[in-house]
Amino acid sequence: MPVSPDELKARIEAQIPGATAEVTGDGHHFNAVVAAPAFRDLPRIAQHRLVYDVFGSELGDRIHALSLQTRASETESKL
Amino acid sequence: MSDEPNQMRDAIQSAISENRVILFMKGTPEHPACGFSARTAGILQSVGQPFAAVDVLPDPRIRQELSALSNWPTIPQLFVDGELVGGCDIITEMHQTGELHEVLGLEPDPARQPVPEPPAVEPPPLSIETRQ
Repeated sequence: MPVSPDELKARIEAQIPGATAEVTGDGHHFNAVVAAPAFRDLPRIAQHRLVYDVFGSELGDRIHALSLQTRASETESKL
Repeated sequence: MSDEPNQMRDAIQSAISENRVILFMKGTPEHPACGFSARTAGILQSVGQPFAAVDVLPDPRIRQELSALSNWPTIPQLFVDGELVGGCDIITEMHQTGELHEVLGLEPDPARQPVPEPPAVEPPPLSIETRQ
């Protein structure tokens, strides 16, 4: 079953509190830019792990490749 | 049979402890089999960092045990001083910010040094022109 960038975006935003994600991709290779307050004070590797954890074993399988940039966002919410 | 994965894991663990800088990749630095592995190996070469490289492709258990050990799902994986530093995205970003040089213990990249300010030339208190 093909994967859509929108699905990845929705799952990242649902699982990481306060996260905003921009995801592009062709159904196999994806690029995601994720900002979340939870990333603050975490080393990059831990930030990426939080995102990888959303997808678990789907990475490398159903989601062939996910290129990732993470940023700590300033505020909890911009509502 | 059941201890085979542990043998593989032990071998990976030894390789990580015995090599200060070690890259697990698809293919070899000379013949990378994946763009992400190629880019990561290329960055290490471009900064002049000697490194050990392990091709994960010949045996699927290498990748399986490596990811179980490192808790990192993708290849490539770069380890420095026994610690996972990251994959292609993180290494690329750290290279851009200069953090990679720090982690590797390299001299800071001269291209990234702040350009020294030219000595401030104070305007002379008087502007004197000599006329013939």
